Amino acid sequence: MNAVHQIDVITDQHIDVVTLRLGGEWMALPADCLREILEPVAVTRVPQSTPFSSGLINVRGVVVPLTDLKVAFGMPRTDPDADTRMLVLDLPLNGETVTVAITADKVHEVTVLDVSTLDDVPSVGLRWPPEFVRGIGKQEDEFLLLPNLEAIFQQFCPKGIAAKQIEEGN
Amino acid sequence: MSDQEDLGADVYRQEASELVQSIEAGLMALETDPDDRDRINAVFRDLHTVKGSGAMFGFHELAMFVHEFETAFDRLRQGKVAITTALIELSLQACDQILCLLDDPKAGAAASVDILHRLQRCLDGSDKGEDGEHTPAGNAAEGCRVTFRLSEDALMRGHDPEGFLDELRELGPTKVRALVDRIPPIDQLDPTACLIGWDVEIEGAVTSSDIEAVFLFTRDDMTLEIAPLSDTPSAAKADDNQGLDAVATSPAPGVGKATGNTMRVATDRLDDMMDRVGELVIAEARLQALAQCSGDATLMAVAEDIQRLAAGLRDSTMSIRMVPMSSILGRFQRLIRDLSATLGKQMRFRTRGEDTELDKTVIELLADPLVHILRNCADHGLETSEARLAAGKPTVGTIELSAEYAGAEVVITIRDDGRGLDAGKIRARAIEAGLMAQDADLSESDLYRMIFEPGFSTMSTVTELSGRGVGMDVVKRTIASLRGQIDLESEPGHGTTVRLRLPLTLAIIDGLLIEVGGELYTIPLAAVEECVELPESHVSEHSNSSFLNIRGGLVPFLRLRALFDVTVQPTEYQKVVIISSTGARVGLVVDNIIGNNQTVIKQLSPLHAGLKSFSGATILGDGTVALILDVAQLVATGRMIEDRARRENAA
Repeated sequence: MNAVHQIDVITDQHIDVVTLRLGGEWMALPADCLREILEPVAVTRVPQSTPFSSGLINVRGVVVPLTDLKVAFGMPRTDPDADTRMLVLDLPLNGETVTVAITADKVHEVTVLDVSTLDDVPSVGLRWPPEFVRGIGKQEDEFLLLPNLEAIFQQFCPKGIAAKQIEEGN
Repeated sequence: MSDQEDLGADVYRQEASELVQSIEAGLMALETDPDDRDRINAVFRDLHTVKGSGAMFGFHELAMFVHEFETAFDRLRQGKVAITTALIELSLQACDQILCLLDDPKAGAAASVDILHRLQRCLDGSDKGEDGEHTPAGNAAEGCRVTFRLSEDALMRGHDPEGFLDELRELGPTKVRALVDRIPPIDQLDPTACLIGWDVEIEGAVTSSDIEAVFLFTRDDMTLEIAPLSDTPSAAKADDNQGLDAVATSPAPGVGKATGNTMRVATDRLDDMMDRVGELVIAEARLQALAQCSGDATLMAVAEDIQRLAAGLRDSTMSIRMVPMSSILGRFQRLIRDLSATLGKQMRFRTRGEDTELDKTVIELLADPLVHILRNCADHGLETSEARLAAGKPTVGTIELSAEYAGAEVVITIRDDGRGLDAGKIRARAIEAGLMAQDADLSESDLYRMIFEPGFSTMSTVTELSGRGVGMDVVKRTIASLRGQIDLESEPGHGTTVRLRLPLTLAIIDGLLIEVGGELYTIPLAAVEECVELPESHVSEHSNSSFLNIRGGLVPFLRLRALFDVTVQPTEYQKVVIISSTGARVGLVVDNIIGNNQTVIKQLSPLHAGLKSFSGATILGDGTVALILDVAQLVATGRMIEDRARRENAA
């Protein structure tokens, strides 16, 4: 639950982030929701699913959905290469912590990000849906995108699931 | 209170509520067979245990209450009071009160007093007229002769014949004689068997109940004869317990034996164990795959050993989690009894297959749907006595619940002999609720299925009893969430049958591994009826017929290649797997059938919960993930095809 809290409110001035390359952009994810980084493993295609979450992988005996943030950001999809990695994350979704995996073109490093250097999301001129971006920072002369993972997964989780669960709980 | 005491109290609460269930069951059995002395004694023993342990764990109010209850019941035991329905009713209320006191010892003191008071009055009313005090077994002045033999394994169970003799000696001056006629020659003698009987003459005013009290806890497993001292032993009055000889040679089932070697384990530990076994099965499959690949004979031998051990471990872990149906049936006896009173209908509840075992989780989740179905049977199904009489049926309605194994499934059937479903009414209601078109022509079974639709049951159609906001749709959903199936048959005027088919366990199932376009999927084997080759005429994806002829029956089929958007070229010989659910069949066209595999079921994440064709996923021997097909959903899709075809034909 700690991780959940940290994503919600970035109060601390410095947070640990893992930086990665995605579709030509640098992105930073809070390191405390990161569970592990994997070399690409066999992916099982899920028919009838959305392109965002089209596969399943086996992470140490646990079946984890593999998602593609490029779909959320409207980036073109590329074939995996030697640098491609899968990141296993624990994310809050509808009040529960869900384990998901995302693909990254390349994982760079775990670094400390000074939150005070973050800029607000500009209202114009942004290529990405603004609700999916938490902030934009700068790292060694390059822009660093902080995606709002919670909002993204909320958006791509099938509607009505939460309601159905409440009903069944009765 | 310290933690340890808390723990003790919790264990006691659990034990006591189980005992109360057993008492309830005993009471209800007594209602039908009031002369069953064994039962009376069993109920008395249970009460005694509740009282004894209650006092030990600090449930003093409860112990006091049970003590009074026990005192009242003792008069029954001594046969001074006849068992009446009113008495049973009050006793059942007393059982409820025990449960209340378990939850909150301080609550309901007034209710306790009230129940005890009424119980007392009821007992006084039905007193057989004998003087309450004592019924001397023989002539009081002369005393009596007690002849008893313990069961052969009495010593093994820790009974002490010496202790019984000592207790008898306390009743008065005694002469004890050992009966050694059953002792074999020394070379055949089993020194641990209790073969000696005793013949005890007790002088003075001794009542038979005093003597029976001595043997209270061994009564079921022994022979006991009590006769007035003046009589000769041969003319001794046999104990009032019929069939005693049979009891003496074979100990009563359930008593002693079953309680001897059990222990209580927290359920989450079992769940934890099951999870680990699941992981072991997956790891074992991987090992197996590796061993096959390497071709190393030693490795393969080890892998086979591990496979055997894992299978054994899986079976025993699952068997630990198995609970007999009887653990929830007691509740239903009570339910029907209460319903009978509330609805003013005479009904009888019969059960068969109480020994059938199901996974604990399944049993627990099953209780509520079953209650709902039984309520429906009692409320809507059965008619009033007058209506039954008019229809030429016995006045007492019967609801029967039976459970039996069928392959890897358990089939639970609930049958009533009531009026059956009213197709006309269901039709009207379904149209009113907008579930079907005004002029739709549905078969009878399709019409019956309407009652499982959400929105069918409303407050206007259910009474206060059946309507707890749970419709049959919730029942169906619960059963489906257990990966079970529900089925309905009804014969107007003769009753309704609800049939539930449930998997034995939730965690691991047998699956049939199939291949579609190079991808592997698992079908629950229990749903698979047969596999056939896809006939030549159907091979082309453009052939118009969507039905297969399976031995004269038309079965709709689905091409999984199309359903799953597979673009790879199909294999030359496609196969059809026929699966069935709730009586309907559908064929699935697949590329290849790989074979059986142990499927450890993993839930899909919320991201994939919206998918209709899959009920879960599993991990295969090579570590990849395979999806498990949702049989009920696919069959429903097949039914849609069928409906569409029927409409097209009609048009």
